[in-house]
Amino acid sequence: MVSAGTGTGAGTGEGLAADGLSLRFGATAAVDDVTLAVAPGEVVALVGPSGCGKSTLLRLLAGLEAPDAGRVAWGGRDLTRRPPDGRGFGLMFQDHALFPHRTVGENVGFGLQVQRVAPPARRQRVAEVLELVGLAGFEGRTIDTLSGGEAQRVALARSLAPSPRLLMLDEPLGSLDRTLRERLAHDLRAVLTGLGTAAILVTHDQEEAYAVADRIVVMRAGRLVRDGPAADVWRHPRLEFVARFLGHDNVLDAPTAAALGVGDGSCPVVVREAAIGLVGADDAGAGGRAARVVDVRFRGATSRVTLEVAGADGGVLLAVHLAEPPPLGPTAVVLDPSQVEPLDRST
Amino acid sequence: MTARGRPAWRRLAWPAVASVPVLFLALFFAFPVGTIIGRGITDGSVLDVLRRRSTGQLLWFTVWQAAASTVLTMAVGLPAAWAVARVDLPGRRLLRALVLVPFVLPTLVVGAALRATFERFGLDGSGGGLRLQDTVWAILLAHLVFNVAVVVRVVGGYWAFLDPRAGEAARVLGASRWRVARSVVAPRLAPALWSAAGIVFLFCFTSFGVILTVGGPGRPTVETEIWRYATQRTDFATAAALAILQLATVVVLVLAVNLLERRTSTGAAARRPVPPARVRSWRRRLEVVAALGPALALVVVPLVVLVERSLAVGDGHGLANYRALGRTTDNGLFVAPLTAVANSLLYAAAAAAVAVVVGGLASVVVVHAGRRPGRALDLALMVPLGTSAVTLGFGMLLALDEPPLDLRSSRAIVPIAQALVGIPFVVRSTVPALRAVDPRQREAASVLGASPVRARLAVDGAVVGRTLLVGAAFAFAISLGEFGATSFLARPDAPTVPVALFRLLGQPGAELRGQAMALGTVLAALTAVSVLVIERLRPRDALGW
Repeated sequence: MVSAGTGTGAGTGEGLAADGLSLRFGATAAVDDVTLAVAPGEVVALVGPSGCGKSTLLRLLAGLEAPDAGRVAWGGRDLTRRPPDGRGFGLMFQDHALFPHRTVGENVGFGLQVQRVAPPARRQRVAEVLELVGLAGFEGRTIDTLSGGEAQRVALARSLAPSPRLLMLDEPLGSLDRTLRERLAHDLRAVLTGLGTAAILVTHDQEEAYAVADRIVVMRAGRLVRDGPAADVWRHPRLEFVARFLGHDNVLDAPTAAALGVGDGSCPVVVREAAIGLVGADDAGAGGRAARVVDVRFRGATSRVTLEVAGADGGVLLAVHLAEPPPLGPTAVVLDPSQVEPLDRST
Repeated sequence: MTARGRPAWRRLAWPAVASVPVLFLALFFAFPVGTIIGRGITDGSVLDVLRRRSTGQLLWFTVWQAAASTVLTMAVGLPAAWAVARVDLPGRRLLRALVLVPFVLPTLVVGAALRATFERFGLDGSGGGLRLQDTVWAILLAHLVFNVAVVVRVVGGYWAFLDPRAGEAARVLGASRWRVARSVVAPRLAPALWSAAGIVFLFCFTSFGVILTVGGPGRPTVETEIWRYATQRTDFATAAALAILQLATVVVLVLAVNLLERRTSTGAAARRPVPPARVRSWRRRLEVVAALGPALALVVVPLVVLVERSLAVGDGHGLANYRALGRTTDNGLFVAPLTAVANSLLYAAAAAAVAVVVGGLASVVVVHAGRRPGRALDLALMVPLGTSAVTLGFGMLLALDEPPLDLRSSRAIVPIAQALVGIPFVVRSTVPALRAVDPRQREAASVLGASPVRARLAVDGAVVGRTLLVGAAFAFAISLGEFGATSFLARPDAPTVPVALFRLLGQPGAELRGQAMALGTVLAALTAVSVLVIERLRPRDALGW
């Protein structure tokens, strides 16, 4: 299978190194031969569609599941057989999994309590992390009085309190509404980069991944299919699946690309929006291709414009976002081949 | 339609529906129990009996054995509850059904099976070896067999709804498995733990059939003494005084458990059962075996021995004991044991029918008659379940002996008493189903032109049919095995199976002992069939499983 590109910490023995991890549930491979390295201080987003094995991979790393094959190490030391309480990792659960019978302070202090941190030091640390997540003074509150955003912050504070060397966050913002999500994603990035611990963020939302992480790892059906710096993965998705998942609109198969003159017909391509120039109906023929504006959707600052470009047989649909959309009807486009990204032959 | 415009019959509809269960309770529960209390007070015997030293000793032993039984039962039942609720075992439904069997198994069958087991393994003192029969250990063991199912049912049912991720979160935060059990699981299970311990203690405190069959004459409890004073010494005053003592203890206990349950409640359970975890390692497999093994052995071994003994004839095996059930011999029964089977089936069917009618109407009232009257009726219907069966039977015997309610020699009195215990089960299975009906469905039916009564029948009726059947099967199973009240009320010439079984067990001789084992096996089989019917009819995701 594709050799997933390696991150910065690989091979040095520093930080997390997962090697050939596999876990089967009956006939399905939930996690299939996953190799992943995360350096201290690095924030990695693990993205993929629902059910692709992201959460299971986190559970394997945390020690909540035992792998059928492969190993997990930190700083060169094998942790595969260590129970979850002996790994020094933190995991923030989807929907938070707060202890309902304990107050906010007791939730956040739990990890310190089991480490036998003395009560005064514990109280201080709890106050510290609560302040870090913007909930100073919440110690005495009960869990059922928290709003969704507050519960999310308490869960984050709870996983931060024992200062884990690796923090894993499973869809931390999943259950929140959109505006709250954008704000908290921003806060989350500030907290993670400020701390300098290694972090893995699981999400199915690529915007959230860009907002929080520097590096993106794409997972599909239990396997890692792409791994690299966020901007690089966006610009060179390499696989049709990755391109579509990361939100590229204009992915064309090989024959269609050839018909539009943006490929040699050997591989599918992504036509970046920068490649698409609208030149007006009169310029059709003069280097432009005949096209029609078939749909305009107002999106606020820009509008999403759908073009039907004349291709081999029938039209090909391309989308661009424009601040000043043209009227519906005939137009012409120029396609810049240097802004067309070829993809791998098969996915 | 405005309230003023309602026809008179509809304004009277609720009181009319409610009057059936209320009258039933008043006549057949409140009146008999009130009669006992009245008898005890007017005779002035209560204080007198309470002042006796023997009463203190009796109460102490009753409390002591109940507490010890409860601790033992929790110790064996909790691991089994964990395994059944949280682990994805092969044959999980069968295992669960097996562990739960004794919950509905008649006390007399458990008693008979344990006696058979003691005899089989020489623990009855006959071989001069270790003796369990007629000791307090036998009582504790019998209570354990009987009540493990309660713990598995109550705690396991709750456990299945606890989100395991709180425990996993604690593990990742550095807590050991033991620490998770103590700091995360136990506090959240607390309401179920108190509830299970309370029920088990109550059952052991008012236990009757088991004490009589395996405890022997030297181990009386309050319950068995009520029975002895009432039936053998015909000292009604002392019996009534002891019954009052027991009622008071039970009331205090129920209130205390209720308080503890509410105090510890965190109100945080998942809406659906959490899927059980797969067993992936050999270590985990061993843990499951260790957790489930003792509970399973306690249920399976005595029952297997009971069946084996029922087939034992001389040195070999055969069906002679079963054939003898059809003959009237010198068995102290006056009738053939098979007649008792017919009696039991008839009584149980009648009791189930009464329980379904009264319980069904009561459920409708509980759900639709407003918060306060509904809750009050719900609670009132639960009281007979907590009242000792012997007190109930004794009370009916005392109270219902004058015209117009002279039922003492009527056959109807047996199913009526048994129905009292069955009604709460009907209500418990029907009320949640009725509550779950979306009122908009009823509104939709009305908009489509159905009258209010028609809409209720069409929407609620469809849902309730099945749960009423579950309730009926429960009531039937419980009536089959009911012994405490029936032992007072069944006419000597028309014994039920438990009554016949008790008399057979009291007779000497290997032949009658063999017949007792056969009759016990028949009763166990009849109960098992009822349980299978319940398992098949029960909605899959019901909280109470």
